[in-house]
Amino acid sequence: MAAREASVAPNEPPIIQLRGVSKVYGEGATAFQALKSVDLDIAAGDFVAVMGPSGSGKSTTMNILGCLDVPSSGQFLFKGLHVERLDRDQRALLRRKYLGFVFQGFNLLARTSALENVELPLLYRGDGKKERRATAMAALDKVGLKEWWDHTPAELSGGQQQRVAIARAIVTNPDVLLADEPTGNLDSERSVEIMKLLTELNQTSGITVLMVTHEPDMAAFARTIVHFKDGLVERIEAQHLQGEVVA
Amino acid sequence: MLGTTFSLAVRSIFRHKLRSFLTTLGIIIGVAAVVAMVTLGKATTKAAQQQVASLGTNVLQVRPGQGFGRGGGGPRPPDFKEEDVEAVARQVAGVNAVAPQAQSTATVIYQGANWSTTINGTTNAFFQVQPWPLVSGRTFTRAEEQAGKAVCIIGNTIRTNLFRGGEAVGERLRVNGVSCDVIGTLSTRGQGGFGDQDDVIVMPIKQVQRRFTGSRDIRLMLVGVDPAYDSAQVQESIKQVLRERRQISGGKDDDFNIFDTAQISATLTGITTLLTQIVTAVAAISLVVGGIGIMNIMLVSVTERTREIGIRLAIGAVASEVLMQFLMEAVVLSCLGGLVGLVVAQLVVFGLAPLMQVEFMFEPQINVIAFLVSAVIGVVFGYFPARRAASLNPIDALRHE
Ligand SMILES: Nc1ncnc2c1ncn2[C@@H]1O[C@H](COP(=O)(O)OP(=O)(O)OP(=O)(O)O)[C@@H](O)[C@H]1O
Ligand SMILES: [Mg+2]
Repeated sequence: MAAREASVAPNEPPIIQLRGVSKVYGEGATAFQALKSVDLDIAAGDFVAVMGPSGSGKSTTMNILGCLDVPSSGQFLFKGLHVERLDRDQRALLRRKYLGFVFQGFNLLARTSALENVELPLLYRGDGKKERRATAMAALDKVGLKEWWDHTPAELSGGQQQRVAIARAIVTNPDVLLADEPTGNLDSERSVEIMKLLTELNQTSGITVLMVTHEPDMAAFARTIVHFKDGLVERIEAQHLQGEVVA
Repeated sequence: MLGTTFSLAVRSIFRHKLRSFLTTLGIIIGVAAVVAMVTLGKATTKAAQQQVASLGTNVLQVRPGQGFGRGGGGPRPPDFKEEDVEAVARQVAGVNAVAPQAQSTATVIYQGANWSTTINGTTNAFFQVQPWPLVSGRTFTRAEEQAGKAVCIIGNTIRTNLFRGGEAVGERLRVNGVSCDVIGTLSTRGQGGFGDQDDVIVMPIKQVQRRFTGSRDIRLMLVGVDPAYDSAQVQESIKQVLRERRQISGGKDDDFNIFDTAQISATLTGITTLLTQIVTAVAAISLVVGGIGIMNIMLVSVTERTREIGIRLAIGAVASEVLMQFLMEAVVLSCLGGLVGLVVAQLVVFGLAPLMQVEFMFEPQINVIAFLVSAVIGVVFGYFPARRAASLNPIDALRHE
């Protein structure tokens, strides 16, 4: 547990701060308030599981945290930067540099080798071909799929695909890894493998992991569990480490 | 960045080979059609010009009758006489020489071999009005011309067939039973659009009139015009002289016609150019249709690849990069289509040229233009789908099934 302790830096300002964030979908009569007023701090290096009933606003929150969407009101500070004030392209650049995504449906490019999938973010970063190869290979090695580099998604199992997706998410050394139900399409054995991988990445690389899950077994791997209900943070639960101060 | 976008585009194109091929089919056909049509048109024009040029430039052909397609009823207008030829030669300014012609067909016999050919009776002026040099021997002497001696200058086809290509000058032929000395051989003029021009025997016109046609009529005058003079002016003067001699009064039409080879050449060029333009316009429309085809498939492709676009956006692609990717795909596709089209065009020209009896040609200019047009089509018709791709919302795109 020492490694875990060391990876959190409680004295640093939180990497993510949500202040009174709300999100309204639609307009007029059909408007729907998915988030009411969310306040949430996430410390750098934390491993957070987001839980809550369906429709409680978990994905909405993740999209905002992932800079894919903007709050309707309130503030979202990422590394002290007001994301709600950034335009589309600025948010894209923020994602490129600091964020990695893992999706429930893996979302790999079809008919494209594992290596090429992992290389994709490096391509947008402008890395040269050789550098790209080497970095992508190293990332594949981290998820234990070095030997499978030339397989296309169709030739990989679900668990393997999700590991390729994780390799793609971490290949740029992001600060934060966002995963919306990463084990939602996997059996429990594969799910545990993925959780172990995320835990390892969190501990060894110090990457902040934010994960939505419905399964308590998976949430058990996290250090902090944030419970959502009706578009609000219901409670925050710190695990394993008694007495740790979380927002 | 551009290099990366390019390699992305190429990769995506080759990942979907059939779709890419179908997308570019319109461009391939359009470019091939335009290039092949323009090239064949030019080849046809060139061939027509060459044929007309073989008649000699600055040569007017004057015949009795009202010319092509204006025959009508009534008595046949009289042929020309020797005096008409002299009058045109003397009285019209800008006329270098006038060669009268009287034609007949005859069977030529040499050492048991015989050959059926055209006998062309004329004077030495014949060799002045048009460039048709002798390869050996000489033209007529004054005495031969005036007395209408039985001498002849033979075309290359006669030499090949009766003399097996050997020396013919000094030999003696029998032409329809008339013994005739060969005094010269003509250089080859080749296969024009008017039959084998080398299958001919040239004799003094008086000999031909006496022994073959049996009259002093002259059916054709070849008038050599001094290039320094305006051909139209010369034609007008010839008309006046002939009208007077043939006693055609004021309002009546000419009963002879003047055929200007230069004018025919220009007319022919005009017609083939116009035809080429029409066919090219039709082909160009097919090129635009090809562009619309690209847009169509690109739009489908954007919808089909919505999730891919979502992934790219989530990973951190900015809108302009997605736009560039799709635009690049369209441009690379249409350029590839253009290149394939150019190759197809050369094959079509190569295949059709012999059938159309024209030379195979490669026209660099139209090839370059057609290629550039295909690139522009890629940009124009690729832009709209690309912009649609770039404006997608990443969340919706990722959720797209
Ligand atoms: N684009 C949208 N337009 C309109 N309503 C939306 C949109 N996205 C989400 N919602 C609504 O907002 C609410 C919260 O959605 P969200 O996806 O955040 O829920 P969730 O907690 O992730 O649920 P689940 O566990 O089912 O994934 C839901 O009621 C949903 O119907
Ligand atoms: Mg959700």
